[in-house]
Amino acid sequence: MHYSALQILKNGLSGNKGWKPVWRNPEPKKSYDIVIIGGGGHGLSTAYYLAKTYGIRNIAVLEKGYLGGGNVGRNTTIVRANYLLDGNLEFYSHSLKLWENLEQELNYNVMLSQRGCLMLAHNDGQFDSLARRGNANLATGDDALLMSADDVRAFTPYLNFDDARFPIRGGLLQRTGGTARHDAVAWGYARGADMRGVDLIQNCEVTGFRIEGGKIKGVETSRGYIGASKVGMSVAGRTSQVAEMAGLSLPIESHVLQAFVTEAVKPVIDTVISFGMGHFYISQSDKGGLVFGGDIDGYNSYSQRGNLPIVEHVAEAAMALMPMVGKSRMLRSWGGIMDMSMDGSPIIDKTPVEGLFLNGGWCYGGFKAVPAAGAAFAHLMATGEKADWATKFNLNRFETGYVIDDEGTGARPNLH
Amino acid sequence: MRIICPNCGERDHREFEYLGSAKLLERPEGGDAAAYHDYVFQRRNPSGENAELWQHVMGCSAWLHVVRNVTTHEIIEVKLARDVKEAAL
Ligand SMILES: Cc1cc2nc3c(=O)[nH]c(=O)nc-3n(C[C@H](O)[C@H](O)[C@H](O)COP(=O)(O)OP(=O)(O)OC[C@H]3O[C@@H](n4cnc5c(N)ncnc54)[C@H](O)[C@@H]3O)c2cc1C
Ligand SMILES: [Zn+2]
Repeated sequence: MHYSALQILKNGLSGNKGWKPVWRNPEPKKSYDIVIIGGGGHGLSTAYYLAKTYGIRNIAVLEKGYLGGGNVGRNTTIVRANYLLDGNLEFYSHSLKLWENLEQELNYNVMLSQRGCLMLAHNDGQFDSLARRGNANLATGDDALLMSADDVRAFTPYLNFDDARFPIRGGLLQRTGGTARHDAVAWGYARGADMRGVDLIQNCEVTGFRIEGGKIKGVETSRGYIGASKVGMSVAGRTSQVAEMAGLSLPIESHVLQAFVTEAVKPVIDTVISFGMGHFYISQSDKGGLVFGGDIDGYNSYSQRGNLPIVEHVAEAAMALMPMVGKSRMLRSWGGIMDMSMDGSPIIDKTPVEGLFLNGGWCYGGFKAVPAAGAAFAHLMATGEKADWATKFNLNRFETGYVIDDEGTGARPNLH
Repeated sequence: MRIICPNCGERDHREFEYLGSAKLLERPEGGDAAAYHDYVFQRRNPSGENAELWQHVMGCSAWLHVVRNVTTHEIIEVKLARDVKEAAL
């Protein structure tokens, strides 16, 4: 069914009885041309582009839980293209362009809201590094606006400018950044893939690989063996564990990242703000909840909930930046497992096993990457070549020295 | 999480700085690039017990070898990293 204003009107007048389930619930076939492991944003967008761009229809996405139940439905939905280093710059730039047309592409409302992303500086050093970052973004063709403290005050007057512990020195605004509806992104890609014949198979956990003579033959799953000529892994926080079943060791650690939402309040924050002293960022959802988060907990974790010290730290940072948030009550907090790579940048590459491909290491930034990562992973799996916008996310970069350490923290995932 | 420092006793984990996998104690000898790549970048990343290095920065400053369950966050064993390293020699 094509969604349109007319459909809404028609269904509204006929008791909303005309809406159909958005995807099928098929039994797995014995084999597929391509199997994608993981029904998150990345797995679903990869399947979509394989079908749409490369005309491959005999595809299955295997998801151990339900579609969109992983990080794609747990993140704080920030979409931006204001990275610093080559590799990331062109990739996120491309991704943002795909975002800007995603609703038309998918015929699905992903509620992209380009409300801007503001990064704050609290001293001269930080301000200079924001200027450098802004120049890198402008040179890539993306938006960047360096703001003085007065500019920031005019833009976000509710921040603490008068007696702040860390006075605001200025900021860098990307007006094209913003937020999107995370679930809708998963559902929109799932629907588009299903419409093109992709089998989306839920409650199907991959438990092993069948590899013969160094070549992939298929996957063992909780619903039986499924043959495949090519297999792609897009399993976020479980990347190391799934890859280990194929005998691979990766430059990845799993860490937990928490997020928080308050009860709904009237519109107050019309952009995305990140604090420069301590880890805190905030936006307001369309429902009115203040959505905020901070840093990863700081040590390896596979627990989908975090510990209290980060809750306290994030709350303190919130009060330091924006004392008014102290009046709202926190509704929920939750955590997701991040596939933290050793340089903070992702991997989209072949693996030493022929026919087995890897898309992982997205750390806490893989939501904004969903369109471009899926498109690049599909390109790699269909053609064997790297996509133009993702040539540097190589698995062997840690051996060759071409690491992409955007944060400049070295091989310490807990510091990225 | 609370970590029992062999020198200082049981303390909140915020007194400690996390470095990473305890494999960092096994620095490779010589100039073998492949061994260094493995040492610096590759991680086993298990979901159960993980051996890790923590430093008691707000206490005695000792480096600790901590075995921790990374799913339940249970601390299973804490030793001085020096003792673990010496025992391995
Ligand atoms: C609290 C939080 C805030 C975040 N904020 C942002 C943000 O503001 N902006 C941003 O860009 N990014 C953000 N991220 C990061 C982003 O959510 C992730 O990088 C991204 O969603 C990961 O890709 P995915 O959607 O494919 O992952 P997921 O949705 O986690 O998909 C992976 C899927 O693989 C499945 N799976 C795992 N193992 C198996 C198996 N053996 N067999 C079958 N299936 C398996 C899982 O069940 C899961 O559904 C945030 C993450 C968190 C947790
Ligand atoms: Zn101590």
